[in-house]
Amino acid sequence: MVGFAHEQMTDFDGSPTMVELLVPLFREVYEQTGFTRKDIGFWCSGSSDYLAGRSFSFVQAVDAIGALPPVNESHVEMDAAWALYEAWVKIQTGEVDTALVYGFGKSSAGTLRRTLGLQLDPYTMTPLWPDQVSLAGLQARLGLEAGLWDETALAEVAHRSLTDAELNPHAVRRGGSSVAELLQREMYADPLRKHDIAPVTDGAAALVLAADDRARDAAQRPAWITGMAHNIDPQHLAARPLTEAPSARRAGAAAGVAAGVEVAELHAPFSHQELILRRELGLADGVHINPSGGALVGNPMFTAGLNRIGEAAGSIWRGEASKVLGHATSGPLLQQNLVCVMEGTAR
Amino acid sequence: MSKQPAAVIGVGQTHHRAKRDDVSMAGLCREAIDRALADANLGFDDIDAIVVGKAPDLFEGVMMPELFLAEALGAAGKPLLRVHTAGSVGGSTAIVAASLVQSGVHKRVLTVAFEKQSESNAMWALSVPLPFIMPVHAGAGGYFAPHVRSYIRRSNAPSHIGAVVAAKDRQNALKNPYAHLHNKDTTVESVLASQMLWDPIRYDETCPSSDGACALVIADGDTANATESPAWIHGTVMRSEPTTAAERDQVNPQAGRDAAAYLYRQAGITDPLKQIDAAEIYVPFSWFEPMWMENLGFAEEGQGWQLTESGGTAMDGVLPVNCSGGVLSSNPIGASGMLRFAEAALQVRGQAGEHQVDGVRRALGHAYGGGSQFFAMWVVGAEPPAH
Amino acid sequence: MSPSEARTLSAPVRVSFDYTRSVGPVLGRFFDGLREGRLLAGRTGDGQVIVPPPEFDPVSHDAVTDFVEVPDTGTVVSWSWVPEPVEGQPFDRPFAWVLVQLDGTTGPFLHALDVAGPDEVEVGQRVQVRWRDERVGAITDIVCFEEPVEADDEPRGVVADDADAAPGVAAGGDATPLITPVNLAYTYAASPEESAFFRGLQEGRILGQRCPACGKVYVPPRGACPVDGVPTTDEVELAGTGTVTTFCIVNVPFMGQKIKPPYVSAYVLLDGADIAFLHLILDVPAEEVRMGMRVEAVWRPRDEWGTTVENISHFAPTGEPDADFESYKVHL
Repeated sequence: MVGFAHEQMTDFDGSPTMVELLVPLFREVYEQTGFTRKDIGFWCSGSSDYLAGRSFSFVQAVDAIGALPPVNESHVEMDAAWALYEAWVKIQTGEVDTALVYGFGKSSAGTLRRTLGLQLDPYTMTPLWPDQVSLAGLQARLGLEAGLWDETALAEVAHRSLTDAELNPHAVRRGGSSVAELLQREMYADPLRKHDIAPVTDGAAALVLAADDRARDAAQRPAWITGMAHNIDPQHLAARPLTEAPSARRAGAAAGVAAGVEVAELHAPFSHQELILRRELGLADGVHINPSGGALVGNPMFTAGLNRIGEAAGSIWRGEASKVLGHATSGPLLQQNLVCVMEGTAR
Repeated sequence: MSKQPAAVIGVGQTHHRAKRDDVSMAGLCREAIDRALADANLGFDDIDAIVVGKAPDLFEGVMMPELFLAEALGAAGKPLLRVHTAGSVGGSTAIVAASLVQSGVHKRVLTVAFEKQSESNAMWALSVPLPFIMPVHAGAGGYFAPHVRSYIRRSNAPSHIGAVVAAKDRQNALKNPYAHLHNKDTTVESVLASQMLWDPIRYDETCPSSDGACALVIADGDTANATESPAWIHGTVMRSEPTTAAERDQVNPQAGRDAAAYLYRQAGITDPLKQIDAAEIYVPFSWFEPMWMENLGFAEEGQGWQLTESGGTAMDGVLPVNCSGGVLSSNPIGASGMLRFAEAALQVRGQAGEHQVDGVRRALGHAYGGGSQFFAMWVVGAEPPAH
Repeated sequence: MSPSEARTLSAPVRVSFDYTRSVGPVLGRFFDGLREGRLLAGRTGDGQVIVPPPEFDPVSHDAVTDFVEVPDTGTVVSWSWVPEPVEGQPFDRPFAWVLVQLDGTTGPFLHALDVAGPDEVEVGQRVQVRWRDERVGAITDIVCFEEPVEADDEPRGVVADDADAAPGVAAGGDATPLITPVNLAYTYAASPEESAFFRGLQEGRILGQRCPACGKVYVPPRGACPVDGVPTTDEVELAGTGTVTTFCIVNVPFMGQKIKPPYVSAYVLLDGADIAFLHLILDVPAEEVRMGMRVEAVWRPRDEWGTTVENISHFAPTGEPDADFESYKVHL
């Protein structure tokens, strides 16, 4: 991983295809890597038609590439972290040795608590329009009742995230006070307070992958991907333990999380979900969690997962860590999870 | 690094119909998946990963339906990817699934593409009115008809060529029990007599709107060698270009030409008309057969219609095209591209039933989408690739 | 902010469709039960009893065929408060979602609970289904959960195995499709470049922009030149005259259509532009429209103008000789 740029805001005042946001991001990663668009062997993006409110919302985004002569290109209707996975697989086939992965999503175009209701079982759930905040509240209370976490633990996650966000220029929410003060704030979606819930965020991101010598040419200290894996759980609420994320556990094991991770960027849109993920990924107490502030301070749909991976790579580029992981989630209640492990030295 | 060998060892599809109101989305997918697994002689436990493809979510009104379908698709506890590249998606999905094997990441991958168009109205879903502009197009037919007119003008093709294609594909569909349309009386004359919808495109020159699914099992070399008749993947390609650009050739798009050239290079093909024994090409409007014949290098520019008119693309022709009946006979949009890839695999496996062409050693599967701008293709062969 | 001050133009859009869902044998059975005011659970291979029944067994992957009727009473295992309900939810005032372990089942079932405030709900609370009077075979046949009418402290067991009808289409009753309205409100925004174009139209001007890299004139202007990936910049005002490159005669009606067929939709290459522009050709019989025909914009009355392409009613022939094919063939 040799380049990463992203942008996020509460309310983007431009088109849902976000071409005008992608163009400067592409320019930024070209500057970081010294590549031009002709150096890119494969392009892969992640976005959602329902987020944009129209079919084929990704089609116009291709303009941002400048796609004549034609390009080797693909798209997933998922967080761009899975576009990264497709690109990583493509590089391993030997067909290409560079890839540019991008994602975009304008959550504010619609009402996110309605839009995401369409991710549920269309026969027995969507007609009731359950929203993602309420579902997360049900999950959080199950853990509270079972003694898996308490309100203080949730406030600690939020406090740390808001404090770390002060150093993150991209954060759309920042400023910790104290755990005690956060606990004094009123309940919103009981048992969740507003700071336990990721803010509705618009954004776009671009990330560059390169293999072997191409990577060494493009970055002083590439973040070498040593393992990447993803996995999905059943969606039926009675078909999995709701306070666990077995798919995160399996993805972590397959990606080789094991020992030695110093920094972990976890895509947890709700405070308690960070606690679930830390347990499932077996992260020790010393691991630095979400130095960016994580999704609680900015959660642009369809790029927030890719952003976690880009942020984690950054701590390798800056020489702050030698082994890191980035995590992405998709679907209700941490249904689908991806883990990417990166190291400062090639294996 | 070089690609690991990969082959199609299982193919399944649904009976495609205007309305499959006997099944849910899960049931529709499972009909194709269960056939593909049975064909491969594998069970869900043998599968390492699942790749799902379909066209816009607005068709079914579900955002990322693979999430709620995870259990039904046998994906729970496994990696699941969802691809969406417009009309080419069925082909792209198969290519992504193949890349999971070719990269050495997985050994046995199940891929499924579907569309349940009867849940909504495709013309609505594709053109939700936007502010500031006016709806001038009338669906996909309205979009493509002007480009067909351009082709006719550029090539001086006689006006009945589209009808020749439609009559051929509808007759071929009679040999395919899964096809949506089984109109035994379709002839060139009856097509020419059908209503002009989007002049120059007539009713019988358009594809139907179908519910349907297609599934493939793609496996690594060792697994494939242990099966009776694998369809070896000799090359795959995806190419994209913008929908509109100054002086972009919309009749013979560069992305399609580039894709074909790259594909043939991988597969060691220097004379496609001679070296490819059957082709399944994405032809949603009949005139696209001659247009793609040129784009894919089977005919010189401006001469694709002569190949069609001479019977060269019929089942007994020099290059049998769409022996399954093609998109003109079944069009579950998200699955249509994968059906082309699947039918190409069936031909080289010798398992295409009544619409089998004798002695197919190498076949082409082709899909395109958007405004003739996204292309996905593969070449499969009866023997493992030479390198 | 007034539209003229905002960086970009925006307007509301509704994405609205009543989806027709065929539900298949398993869900068909479940919905038939709801219509009769009965709750059917599915029994899976590993002994779980689940509502709604999953279509396919999570362990064996086979279609679920073992159904059990369970009571409409249960115990709250979790709840969350909804301070600001969204459109379509069971209540339009604050309410609670609950996960209820229905008596006789092994996992939770989601629905709403009718309570006035969060202090009225607790884990462990007994609840029962409030059925809708007129049921249609949908999940909304359950209005919500509510406090049991009679004292009800003890979970009850399974009512009965529901082994009568074998699964299949017939078991889905009359196979009534489920109608699911999906009606979402969006705000659609144009890009800054498109906004400049639409604002120009409001003044009766057709504004293109030139790509700073390749020099091509795009109309409408683009946030990214599709060849060079940079925004178009220098404004170029275009005449309302141009050449029909290619076209289609629309004879087919479609949803949202504003003009009565037959009519001609055409690509018009405006003089001075490098890309054709899609619009209508009227004031001439459809069969007389030709590739190469010279046309000009016909504007609506000025008092009807807005920031929209519809300010141009259509294009009509100028009467000039047709353009030579060579002059526009690279635009096909």
